[in-house]
Amino acid sequence: MEKSEQIKLIKERSGTDAKKCMKCGKCSGRCPAYADMDIKPHQFVSYIEKGEIDKLLNSKSLFTCLTCFACVERCPRGVAPAAIIEAVRQEVIRMQGENRVKAEEIPEIVDDKIPQQLLVSMFRKYNK
Amino acid sequence: MQKIGVFVCWCGSNISATVDVKKVAEVLKAEPGVVVSENYQYMCSENGQALIRNAIKEHGLTGVVVCSCSPRMHEATFRKTCESAGINPYMVEIANIREQCSWIHKDIEEATEKAIILGRTAIAKLKLNAPLTAGESAVTKRALVIGGGIAGIQSALDIAEAGFEVDIVEQSPTIGGNMAKLDKTFPTLDCAACILTPKMVDCAQNDKIDIMTFSEIESVKGFVGNFKVEIRRKARFVNEKTCTGCGVCMQKCPAKKGLNEFNMGLNNRPAIYIPFAQAIPNVAIIDPEQCLKIKNGKCGLCSMNCQVNAIDYTMKDEIVEREYGAIVVATGYKPISLENFNEYGYDTYKDVVTSLEFERIMNAAGPTNGQLVRPSDGKHPHVITFIQCVGSRDTSGCGKPYCSKICCMYTAKHAMLLREKYPDTEVHVFYIDVRTPGKNYDEFFRRAVEQYDVDYIKGMVGKVYKEGDKLMVQGSDLINDEQVIIPSDMVVLAAAIEPNPSVRKIATMLTASIDTNNFLTEAHAKLRPVESPTAGIFLSGVCQGPKDIPETVSQASACAAKVIGLLAKDTLKCNACVAHSDEMICTGCSVCENVCPYGAITYVDKEFRLGGGKTEVRRVAQVNPAVCQGCGACTVTCPSGAMDLKGFSTKQIMAEVDAVCKR
Repeated sequence: MEKSEQIKLIKERSGTDAKKCMKCGKCSGRCPAYADMDIKPHQFVSYIEKGEIDKLLNSKSLFTCLTCFACVERCPRGVAPAAIIEAVRQEVIRMQGENRVKAEEIPEIVDDKIPQQLLVSMFRKYNK
Repeated sequence: MQKIGVFVCWCGSNISATVDVKKVAEVLKAEPGVVVSENYQYMCSENGQALIRNAIKEHGLTGVVVCSCSPRMHEATFRKTCESAGINPYMVEIANIREQCSWIHKDIEEATEKAIILGRTAIAKLKLNAPLTAGESAVTKRALVIGGGIAGIQSALDIAEAGFEVDIVEQSPTIGGNMAKLDKTFPTLDCAACILTPKMVDCAQNDKIDIMTFSEIESVKGFVGNFKVEIRRKARFVNEKTCTGCGVCMQKCPAKKGLNEFNMGLNNRPAIYIPFAQAIPNVAIIDPEQCLKIKNGKCGLCSMNCQVNAIDYTMKDEIVEREYGAIVVATGYKPISLENFNEYGYDTYKDVVTSLEFERIMNAAGPTNGQLVRPSDGKHPHVITFIQCVGSRDTSGCGKPYCSKICCMYTAKHAMLLREKYPDTEVHVFYIDVRTPGKNYDEFFRRAVEQYDVDYIKGMVGKVYKEGDKLMVQGSDLINDEQVIIPSDMVVLAAAIEPNPSVRKIATMLTASIDTNNFLTEAHAKLRPVESPTAGIFLSGVCQGPKDIPETVSQASACAAKVIGLLAKDTLKCNACVAHSDEMICTGCSVCENVCPYGAITYVDKEFRLGGGKTEVRRVAQVNPAVCQGCGACTVTCPSGAMDLKGFSTKQIMAEVDAVCKR
């Protein structure tokens, strides 16, 4: 896939407009996983705008982000850094071309307490 | 048959880039009644106007259609041009082919076609125009200033200086506004009280100025030059005329639990109080929520101790009616509520304060007598962290989308004053951008960094939490690419400012337009910045947009100049496009009288001859042309079709519709 195409897809999936960012850094100021990130929340917003797709796809932050949404909650401009991280993460997983979850495995791992919504979103995230 | 001239303007490339102006002129020339059709680069220029004047004389024109910008822009210009060439100014029609055509279309062919239709429409209307003459109305030579902050004070002083009478109506018990609460003012660091209180005293001593504090606008009727305003003088339970401001009542009052509004609630005041030492008027007021006598009838200590018997527990609100020629809105601002920003812990920790509260703490006349101490334990703080843009530039819905404009400068001021007075303190400032346009402003900010060692950190704070007795301020340092945590003793939040909440109600009463942020809209952002689009209403200070004291004072004086210009006139030309009723059709139903916002319609009993010597008395509507503003509400509401508007008659509008629909 063309890199520009990939960026476009990620932006679309994230559903957030990185251009609204005013570069205040409040997202990174609030992030509880900051110390374990190589690319920081505010840099995700900036890199996606600048088209730095390789840096994003290879970032270890994709898997250290807690998806706690503190950055989304605090952003004064209505930008959602966590949604961009999530969209990049999905892209990486899809590129690996593997189904991480199989439907036949579900009955084994499921228990009453797991909300149905979680199963659906798990399929969305971890299936090709 | 009329002889019509059509004049198509290019407006440089504003129109001509999207509209084929030559074609428009050519096509419109073929319309019946049109004897001359021209196009020119700038019709509003001297040469353009000369072109119109010459054509009028050469062809003996009876009416003129100008295809140009919005009539709001240049209708008056072209009316004057035609009047000077001998045509009645109401025989001019403007076809708006800029705002309503060239600016909103991209395709030249389509835009040209639309411009032709708009031109045709104007011609159709013009054919039914009749020459009109405007009447005149007298001007009441008195101004009303709503709001007694620095903006209202300056406007009132300037208007009074020119010899006109002014009333200041202020909702709080004293004039002075927010500026009276400030400690020092940037960029010169002179004390706010030292420069403001003399102006307050000037207002009180000026016999042209009448100050009505603790008062609100109840209703506004009328129009430019002739406003009728009802003012509610709320009961202060103390006779303003007899009270000497001696302050004995304050000492004797046993109910001392009221929050001191002037000190931003940082300390308490008695139920009977004078807002601050330099208050104007220097008169006490009773807070009925706190007063024991008013609440349960037991006490009366203040009354017993008052030497001049000024206290009246039974006082009631009073309505005063006054007439004005002009109204100045100077309602000012307040800092926003911080309930949406719990990440900074304002509601949780006492030592997190707003900048206006900090201003009171630093003020020698404030709750701590100017000593820098923490509100929680009264200890002297050593590390103070400032957070800027709290709620400003916020499009998430928690705060305000605009820049509050004053915070960068006052934060630099606070930081500098702190380091000057307490060299043992360490000061940090979290900022997104430092915005310091203005004379000596950036130099002022740089002094804070270079001379006073204030630590400016580019980045925003994510959260404030407590560890021991320290407030931990966690935020981004974007330049050093790290997340920092600063253990602080005190945190100061530069809260966004918003228009005073009372402004919505006032704007509605004045029919003055207001924007989505509750700032009053000016008539033209560049060319008429101190006037509301509603005639006779003027804007002074922050009610129009965020601004600092120097800017506010400049605007207040500009506003006064406009008011003086209006009040200096003995009469005003009325609108000639007024409503009139056809007495033969009018059924006397009174519907129009009820919808008229200006009270211009009255009903009279009139005798009509029926023929054969018989007469009949019928009730019919009559319009006072001096009061009618031509809004047209009556014409659309009239069930019998008796009401019509001169210059915008139903016939004319239908002719326009026909012209638009005709292909």
